[in-house]
Amino acid sequence: MVKRDVAADLVALLSAEGRDVAAEWAQRASGPLAGRMSLLALERELRELYTALVEALRQGAADVHAEQMSEVRALLTELSRSRARQGFTPTETAVSILSLKRVLEPVLQEGSVEEAGSYFRLGLLLDDLSMFTIEAYTQTREELIIVQAEQLMELSTPVVKLWEGVIAVPLVGTLDSARTQVVMEKLLQALVDTGSEQAIIDITGVPAIDTQVAQHLLKTIVAVRLMGAECTVSGIRPQIAQTIVALGIEFGDIQTKATLADALQLALRKSGVDMVEHAGGHR
Amino acid sequence: MTERVPILRIGEVLVVSIQFDLEDQTVLHLQEDLAEQIVARSARGVIIDITALEIVDSFVGRMLATIADVSRMLDARTVVVGMRPAVAITLVELGLSLGGVDTALDLEKGLARLRRPARSADRV
Repeated sequence: MVKRDVAADLVALLSAEGRDVAAEWAQRASGPLAGRMSLLALERELRELYTALVEALRQGAADVHAEQMSEVRALLTELSRSRARQGFTPTETAVSILSLKRVLEPVLQEGSVEEAGSYFRLGLLLDDLSMFTIEAYTQTREELIIVQAEQLMELSTPVVKLWEGVIAVPLVGTLDSARTQVVMEKLLQALVDTGSEQAIIDITGVPAIDTQVAQHLLKTIVAVRLMGAECTVSGIRPQIAQTIVALGIEFGDIQTKATLADALQLALRKSGVDMVEHAGGHR
Repeated sequence: MTERVPILRIGEVLVVSIQFDLEDQTVLHLQEDLAEQIVARSARGVIIDITALEIVDSFVGRMLATIADVSRMLDARTVVVGMRPAVAITLVELGLSLGGVDTALDLEKGLARLRRPARSADRV
């Protein structure tokens, strides 16, 4: 029964006589957000949260993870999500919750000892709530990062057609097994779709090569050959060539060229196209 | 009676199109039939079309290599055509590179390859 009373005290504290706590809360919270969010929207959000919090306490919720708090948690998650999406910092998100403490601070000076006690307990509860906010915020950010990584993966592996029967993949960024898989699938599918017999993998944009990356590269080339096409690796920078040799990576009979232009020339020659330079060219 | 894979002839080239998943017995029959046909029709090339195969395991991989070896003994070149991307990836992951087997994207390119000199010569 004691718990019940504590909760009732908290409710009394929150629904202070003659004060619109929710409005004051919104006023307080809007300060750190520096006009990046309208006061009206903020007040609507916090009033909803305030109502839910009072209701939860009235039903005897003891801490953040109590069953009665589920509504509060849902609202907090929603709030953190929208804050994370809009690019607010974690501090700015948590301060929205913590500013309720500031609103009720006068109790410490004017109220009785009991009221001060319940203010302290409410403070602990608000700390937990803001902690919960941070967690939800981080999770949203995490999800955002995962989605972006996937998008990046799709964007970063275009297969381009250079000539009839010649396709190329300009690789940009580090190769890992997940990316190699995507590159391999896209390249092989493009071979089938375009009926190309020459494929060029350009690694100008690959910052570094280690044995793992080379392994992935070799796998892709073997798969291309299995399909019945030929594969040239181009864009090998001087440092990368030195690294490959120093690491003792065996490229075997895989055709390598220094630049994409050289690789294209080779691919064209292999597919029976002759390039002729005119003596009286414009340049 | 197990199913037998039909062997077609286009000029000096024998064409085998595999349309269903192969059982061990069928594979053995195919190897025998093919060897006989190469001799009987004095074929210079063999094309194995695996466009319809969605799954290639190490057994089928070995079969392809064996057929290529046998054909080479009888002075006929083997070209495997129509390998799907997924199949190629599986073979690579299995570590099978089908050494010694020529490949082409489709039947047409396979026939063209047989008309050209051996691949190892023009790869340099």
